Amino acid sequence: MSCHSGFVYSNDFTNYRFRDDHPFNQMRVVMTKELLDASGFLEQQHMIKPRLATEDELALAHSKPYIQAVKKAGMGMLSEEEGMEYGIGTEDTPMFKGMHEASQLLVGSTLSAIDAVLEGKVQHALNLGGGLHHGFERKASGFCIYNDGAVGIKYIREKYDYKVLYVDTDAHHGDGVQWAFYDDPNVCTFSIHETGRYLFPGTGNVNERGLKEGYGYSFNLPIDAFTEDESFLHVYESAFREIVEFFKPDVIITQNGADAHFLDPLTHLCSTMKIYEQIPRIAHELSHQYCDGKWIALGGGGYDIWRVVPRAWSQIWKVMVDQTPFEGDLPEVWVNKWQKKAPVSLVTSWEDPPDACHPIPRRKEITEKNEKLLEKALQLIHNQKKYNSM
Amino acid sequence: MLVEEIMKDKVITLPAEETIGTALKLLNEHHIRHIPIIDEKKHVIGIVSDRDVRDASPSIFEEDTDPEELKNPIKSIMTSPVTTVHPLDFVEEVASIFYEQEIACVPVTRNEELVGIITEKDMLYTLIQLTGTHVQSSQIEVKVINRPGILPQVTQVFGKRKVNISSVLIYPYKPDPKYKIIVVRIQTMNPLPTIEDLKSEGYEVLWPKMPGMLS
Repeated sequence: MSCHSGFVYSNDFTNYRFRDDHPFNQMRVVMTKELLDASGFLEQQHMIKPRLATEDELALAHSKPYIQAVKKAGMGMLSEEEGMEYGIGTEDTPMFKGMHEASQLLVGSTLSAIDAVLEGKVQHALNLGGGLHHGFERKASGFCIYNDGAVGIKYIREKYDYKVLYVDTDAHHGDGVQWAFYDDPNVCTFSIHETGRYLFPGTGNVNERGLKEGYGYSFNLPIDAFTEDESFLHVYESAFREIVEFFKPDVIITQNGADAHFLDPLTHLCSTMKIYEQIPRIAHELSHQYCDGKWIALGGGGYDIWRVVPRAWSQIWKVMVDQTPFEGDLPEVWVNKWQKKAPVSLVTSWEDPPDACHPIPRRKEITEKNEKLLEKALQLIHNQKKYNSM
Repeated sequence: MLVEEIMKDKVITLPAEETIGTALKLLNEHHIRHIPIIDEKKHVIGIVSDRDVRDASPSIFEEDTDPEELKNPIKSIMTSPVTTVHPLDFVEEVASIFYEQEIACVPVTRNEELVGIITEKDMLYTLIQLTGTHVQSSQIEVKVINRPGILPQVTQVFGKRKVNISSVLIYPYKPDPKYKIIVVRIQTMNPLPTIEDLKSEGYEVLWPKMPGMLS
């Protein structure tokens, strides 16, 4: 089966740039696109040109004073003190020239992806410029200014009235999106991430299940630091399958942060490229099974932009187009071009070398702990099944 | 932190002559586990817990719908005298009282008069606030030598970067009493520059550890 998919891209994604030495670097989107170009899987007919989100659209998930503050900051007119109130001007999200417009484009690109899928132009769409899941209604946080996922889901609710399942595989908890829909039973959020005991943002505990009408529609799998492929994939796939069956969404949005890899500098999970082959495959299969293929995939975190992100993100596109991930060697032309710029030795194959990741001494314990977590996360679904069958 | 900052000032109370049945009803209605018993001057003369009331109630297997036991006065089962605290006491002292006396609730009095109540749940909530885990943050653990003046030296490193500290905890380093561990939660997603600063100042950072280096 070959699916009709769209790739949202603009060279202007790189305008979202805090500082030269800041870990969030959108060059990773350019590198991914070039890797796909070199692999021969991206054609002109796939390309979707992103639009800018309007201010009214941003206001679906952000307060107007906050939007004004971001605009002022981008023009150099926001004082340090005012900025602090909105989380702008911190070490994580410093102010930069044109930050409103750059962020507006990232949100607009997610809206373009959503429209392309929900208007039936394509079955799946990929926007690697988006996935900024830490943005809050009136606060920038964790490198995220506007939350394109939250705006996009509000947009879907308003324009299409579809039930949305949001699935977040970033190593950091998808807090901004979770809190935006915490009391909404028509939006189900599911985040798998490294436990917040030590890692930012600290939330995403298994008992964060939603509030009021939305109770039972937030799912969290805060897996242990040093979790490896097998355990990650087992709890992730089991939970995703049960949640999608329970919620029966009309459309699936995935956030595909690529920072659960063992080489990522900001997190402490120990996965390899294997999880990035499987994550899109599972989403692809379930979107066809439950949503007539309606699947929008976004980018997200990912801070080893040389060795990890382009390979991991390319797999999403490959699976969107023909269901199977890439394997074997990377195109030489791409490796040669980027090796010249990279401060590290690039990995030259789609898979990680077999001995790249050191064995984890407490593997058994970590696996067992994650299994218990899975059971807890799905407890409400299991209870419901049990009582309905009685 | 002071008791008056965390105490609840709306307290469900009963006079000593009320029945056990009324107490049972109040406990169920308000989802509470303790009722202070007061006199007409609002002095605390006793306290009953949900377990005292249940112990004094007939078994759920009894079929009597209007059992005599529940008509007994509450003063017959209340605990007296009662440990109370003052609004200006430290929350930490309350924690010690809970631990040492194996109780889970203390009424708060000023001039002998009841003004509030603190339960184990309020204490736990305060603990969550003290650890700083309720706000967005990353955790860093630094091993330091156990000597005066070490804390300002370490926090000075954090001050150089524009990162906000949301909480600081210090606890002993078990393998060697010559050291302590300072646990700092900072409001940043990227703790790496701060960790580098700490290391270059000569501190040993116990967490975060890079994958594969688990000890």
